[in-house]
Amino acid sequence: MTLLRVTGLHARHGLLAAVRGVSFDVDEGEVVALIGANGAGKTTLLRTIAGAHPAAGGVIAYAGKDLEGLPAHRRVALGIALVPEGRRLFPELTVRENLTVAGRPGRWQLETVLDAFPRLRPLLDRPAAKLSGGQQQATAIARSLMTNPRLLLVDEVSLGLSPQAVDEVYDMIATLRGLGTTLVLVEQDLGRALAVAGRVICLLEGRITLEAPAAGLTRDRVVQAYFGFARTP
Amino acid sequence: MTWVNAILQGIFLGGLYALFACGLSLIFGVMRIINLAHGDLAVLGAFLVWSVTVTAGADPFVALLPVLPVMLVLGYLLHRTVLARSLRGGPLTPLLTTFGLAIVIQNGLLQAYSPDVRSLGGAAGGLATGSWRLTDQLSVSYLGLLVLVVAVLVLGGLHLLLRRTRFGREMRATAQDPDTAALVGIPAQSVYAKATAIAVATATLAGVFLAVRSTFDASSGPTQLIFAFEAVVIGGLGSIWGTLTGGIVLGVAQTLGATVDPQYSILAGHLVFLAVLASPRGRAVIR
Repeated sequence: MTLLRVTGLHARHGLLAAVRGVSFDVDEGEVVALIGANGAGKTTLLRTIAGAHPAAGGVIAYAGKDLEGLPAHRRVALGIALVPEGRRLFPELTVRENLTVAGRPGRWQLETVLDAFPRLRPLLDRPAAKLSGGQQQATAIARSLMTNPRLLLVDEVSLGLSPQAVDEVYDMIATLRGLGTTLVLVEQDLGRALAVAGRVICLLEGRITLEAPAAGLTRDRVVQAYFGFARTP
Repeated sequence: MTWVNAILQGIFLGGLYALFACGLSLIFGVMRIINLAHGDLAVLGAFLVWSVTVTAGADPFVALLPVLPVMLVLGYLLHRTVLARSLRGGPLTPLLTTFGLAIVIQNGLLQAYSPDVRSLGGAAGGLATGSWRLTDQLSVSYLGLLVLVVAVLVLGGLHLLLRRTRFGREMRATAQDPDTAALVGIPAQSVYAKATAIAVATATLAGVFLAVRSTFDASSGPTQLIFAFEAVVIGGLGSIWGTLTGGIVLGVAQTLGATVDPQYSILAGHLVFLAVLASPRGRAVIR
């Protein structure tokens, strides 16, 4: 079943067209990796789907419902959550407060989230500003889960993290995939993206240059889509 | 003993300033705007209580009971209809909007109630004038103590609301990052509207205490705004308990100044405010 259908989506930053006529579908339970160079429009695309950035044209349909004009907090109520780039935790709130402020009815409550992210349990009363990068990323993902999303959008999940923290974050993502959560990941680390996703979408200058199953995708094909040219031997 | 009495009266006066200031501090803390109509909204509340008191012959504090919900709703609507739009216009627009609102309220009150000076002190009976006389030069007024107790209760209630409730967490989250708050399902505009409602209600409470304690007229709002603003800056912008400290420091400065010479009362408060503003913390506020 198609959970998210993006059709001819455009988004701008002032005069700059960041997303240009992008169309793709995401099925329920699928994991899709959005890849592309810096400035390709990945973050803008995720933020537009989440309602944090205005669409300049096109249609975003979620579970068959057109999201046009729906503010971000209403999209969260429908089941769309975004883990933003840079984590964007509320720095003066404790981990517990960061989690509970996002709480909505559903399977993910404070205890179930802490069972999935046990490393957060001893940090519950610590202000978010005093967490390490990996702890912040775990809190950010856990906070989004507290909204009980059907569709989880994760932006630059490994950016700025130590290799060990990246491993931990990807363990969490694998757990979420195992639980049937629908995920759209923006990821710069191609190896990680191909390992976790069922499908890969590559953006270049706001347009889709590649959309293919992750399995069997060659590095050359990705590089060609990534930079817009074929790699010479 | 005169100085001790001055300090004691200053603490009571500071309770009133803190009550005025807490709504201003709340709105600044959550929305980062300074509501220049705050004092006039307090005076509007005082006039509404005066109307109920005169019409129904009720005690001012009984008359406050139906007025408070009205002011809560007025605050909510004020945000939904005026402040929400002006917030979208950048940081200067709310300042101009609330300045204009202050002028509208003042002129509306002049039209409706005339420029006559009024007081609710008479209607409050012995509460407004009675006191416990501890020594020849030291007394504790019923009203002063009541204002201080109410200020502590209101500020304590706000503290608990912010720290212990879901709505409080939503307010703090929205204050820190409204865009991200929306991404976790918090409707920022609704949070802002409720914060404005609470601020207007606390301003009404302060306005009634002012009206019982002394006199008021349609143009009393700006003076109260200045004292509230000074208390907020002295105590630290956006800090709930800092507001109480700021109010008390301002009140004590004014009563000590008055003890030296009555004409130094207001000046002493302004000088303390300017001293704080010139300090490193004050410079941080300006930045």
